[in-house]
Amino acid sequence: MSEAKFEEASGVSLSGMPATDEVALTPEQALANLRGPDLGVRYYAAWWLGRFQVNTPEVIDALLESLADESDRTLEGGYPLRRNAARALGKLGDPRVVPGLMRCLDCEDFYVREAAVQSLGALGDRSCVPVLMNFLVGGLEVAQPAPGSVRLPQPYNDIVEALGMLGATEAIPLIEPFLNHPFDLVQYAAARAMYELTQNPVYAERLVKALGGDKLALRRSALADLGAIGYLPAAEAIAQTLAENSLKLIALKGVLEREVQTTELPQLSAGAIRVMTLMDELL
Amino acid sequence: MSEALPSLIQAVDQAESSGHLIRAVRQLAAAHHADAIPTLMAVLSYNNPGAAIAAVDGLVALGEPAVPALLEQLDQHNYTARSWAIRALAGIGDPRGLVTLLGAATADFSPSVRRAAARGLGAMQWQWFPANLLEVAQEEALEALVFVVHQDEEWVVRYAAVVGLQSLVTGVAAPHPDWRSQIEAQLTQAIAQEATLAVKARAWMSLQQLQSHQPVAIAAPAAPSPLSANDWQNILDKLYERKEQERSVFAEGDPRRYKDLAVAIAPPPESH
Repeated sequence: MSEAKFEEASGVSLSGMPATDEVALTPEQALANLRGPDLGVRYYAAWWLGRFQVNTPEVIDALLESLADESDRTLEGGYPLRRNAARALGKLGDPRVVPGLMRCLDCEDFYVREAAVQSLGALGDRSCVPVLMNFLVGGLEVAQPAPGSVRLPQPYNDIVEALGMLGATEAIPLIEPFLNHPFDLVQYAAARAMYELTQNPVYAERLVKALGGDKLALRRSALADLGAIGYLPAAEAIAQTLAENSLKLIALKGVLEREVQTTELPQLSAGAIRVMTLMDELL
Repeated sequence: MSEALPSLIQAVDQAESSGHLIRAVRQLAAAHHADAIPTLMAVLSYNNPGAAIAAVDGLVALGEPAVPALLEQLDQHNYTARSWAIRALAGIGDPRGLVTLLGAATADFSPSVRRAAARGLGAMQWQWFPANLLEVAQEEALEALVFVVHQDEEWVVRYAAVVGLQSLVTGVAAPHPDWRSQIEAQLTQAIAQEATLAVKARAWMSLQQLQSHQPVAIAAPAAPSPLSANDWQNILDKLYERKEQERSVFAEGDPRRYKDLAVAIAPPPESH
């Protein structure tokens, strides 16, 4: 998981600014702004509608239209409004948007594709599975940076993560090679997806091992992945990771919430009590 | 150990990279020596979160001897250093930090500071309080924590407030007669309203532990209170001042209004 996604998912800002410090809007204003002339105001409105989960049919329609926007372009040819609209649609839970997001997978802007993949994973509609699998067909040979570039041609970690979230067991043979991808973050995404698809602890343990890595950014990423899969045996290792307490708390929250769902509240398992005891120490 | 201290301090002063600084601060903190306090305090304003966390840990481990320097830091106009100082005070639980923690838990800009302050309010060294001050101080702490548990927008701050509420009961040898039932009622209400599963689960855990009347784990009255009569008078004055302010300036009684003030006078904090 990237840091930016982690911030968004957690509501915690790594840069220190509270992530919830936003300009006050009403849903009606935001919708009007999204259809207005000012590019910056439209961009913010798209984000705002997702952040505050405004999922009326009018908003969904307006965001779907924004996926084909041609007016907001970066110097490099990117489509900022399409990116934000694709991200917002992933938060609104309307399956009607899946075909529109799937069309975004052909967009020439990498970040539009990335946002669309993330949202398709979050929406849980399996109709996109074959298209996502297609991205992995070339295996590691294709999934390399272009000569002279440091960036991968496709958002492989998001694709692999989304397939895991969608429970796409048919994708296992395509995902498995990515456990050996040269990029650590892609390896983690593959380990996370393989665990979700097989429940084999061997994959989750790779992420536990990554908690002891040298780079803070990688440790943060492994924390986020372990929280997302709610892997209980990692609880102690998470608590001891060299990283911010706020991030460890979020990862343990993921573990706790998965564990709490194995019983009916107010009943709490020994595992849940163990996780909360660890969390108390990090406050 | 104390012979090595000057070189440990020098290592912090001369660190050439962020990584070196963090390592040097950790080593200095581990020396557990009061002479390290000025250097550890200085690190709080270096704008290096990793080093600041290590310094806070060191100051918390030193405890009471670090309190005067931390209180002094609160008066400086360095918002980042102030945030770290509040977190250290929360960890130490010294009563001289009480009024600061009351304000920080309910109104600080940074969720990490509110989180630490909420936990710190519960974990205060309540056994040091003279009887006449204990009741008013605990009432203020209860009021602040109840506000946070119901109103804070961050799940982790509400979670910390649940922990704080529980320790308000378990941290006092002879709590208020109706203290326990009041806090149990607040936790029950929080469970009914809470949207975040993790906070709900934590509130259930508190409730179950309180209802099972588990033996109270009081930090035995090992160390006597290091506070002077003057310190206590000071705390009492500030508590009344705070109550007075809530009544007059903030007519609606919403401590959150401090937030606007804090934002108006200070740059945004570092939070970790």
